[in-house]
Amino acid sequence: MSFLHNYIYYIGAFGLVFIGLFIMAVKRNYIKIIIGLSILEAGVNLFLISVGYIANGTAPIFSRTVLNAENMVDPVPQALVLTAIVIGLAVMGLALSLAIGLYRHFGTLNLREIKEQRW
Amino acid sequence: MRKIIGIILLIIIAWGIGTSLQEIPFGISRAKLADHYIHNGKEETGAANIVTSVVVSYRSLDTLGEVTVLFLAAIGLGAVLAALKQKSVKESEKASLILSTGCRLLFPLILLFGAYIFIHGHLTPGGGFQGGAIVASAFVLMYLGCHKEKKINETGSILSESLGGLAFIVIGLIGLAIGTGYFLNNFLPKGEFNTLLSAGIIPIIYIAIGFKVGAELSKIIDLLMEES
Repeated sequence: MSFLHNYIYYIGAFGLVFIGLFIMAVKRNYIKIIIGLSILEAGVNLFLISVGYIANGTAPIFSRTVLNAENMVDPVPQALVLTAIVIGLAVMGLALSLAIGLYRHFGTLNLREIKEQRW
Repeated sequence: MRKIIGIILLIIIAWGIGTSLQEIPFGISRAKLADHYIHNGKEETGAANIVTSVVVSYRSLDTLGEVTVLFLAAIGLGAVLAALKQKSVKESEKASLILSTGCRLLFPLILLFGAYIFIHGHLTPGGGFQGGAIVASAFVLMYLGCHKEKKINETGSILSESLGGLAFIVIGLIGLAIGTGYFLNNFLPKGEFNTLLSAGIIPIIYIAIGFKVGAELSKIIDLLMEES
């Protein structure tokens, strides 16, 4: 039980990563691949946040004077994830616009059918 | 067949990650750099939110790069969609009275909440990027609820986007010119800790980022909605 208690965040984060990887490796629909990419991203962000966690820690904000600096969680992964989320959003927007272009050109989003068609 | 190979591959990767992660203790210690930020960030930047002081003060050059990436993605999306532009007029039903009235009521409130989030970025959880995303969500509501009767003002969107980016760089250059002279140097007084007018240039930069991100995300939504 203590293993589960200690590593539950890592297990959850890598569960999401593996679900995303599996979708990206197996599925053939372009939209489903984008969904897999987004799940993978969520898993990686969760992992980065949980690396900086401190047991019974508080958020790194001095909103009240009673808060102790020793108990605060690591702010650096949080700042990194803030960046990663924004970049992920930009990538998602570009991928979706490419999906629109693919559908206009080929009439399908199935990558196998696209491969068989003449360009 | 493909699925089986995928599962075998994932099991191998999971085994590798699992064995390496067992060496990293969970929830115990911070890195040295984080310790410096937490113990000295309050005095050095004047911001109550240490994440904000990392994003906008210690690593503000990286944030400038991040804003640039978002800008490039918006341009790329516009270029890809402009190449495929085709006019198609679709029959669409008008939204019901309850829906359109509700979204008209909620729209200014969501904008106000977004502005609150990015103005208080140095005191509470949140900041320019989050506030900008909330502002863009107000535009999503307008597009879905009011059913394309209203569109965003294109001049206004471009203007707030460019002025936001320009303000960020100009503040950085003023910091370069004044005082100890490095890019994005905090040249304003830090003020009283934990009040709205504190932390020097951090709130100003976050307001600029909020305008820029809000305008960019609503432009991305506008482009995608036009195509669908």
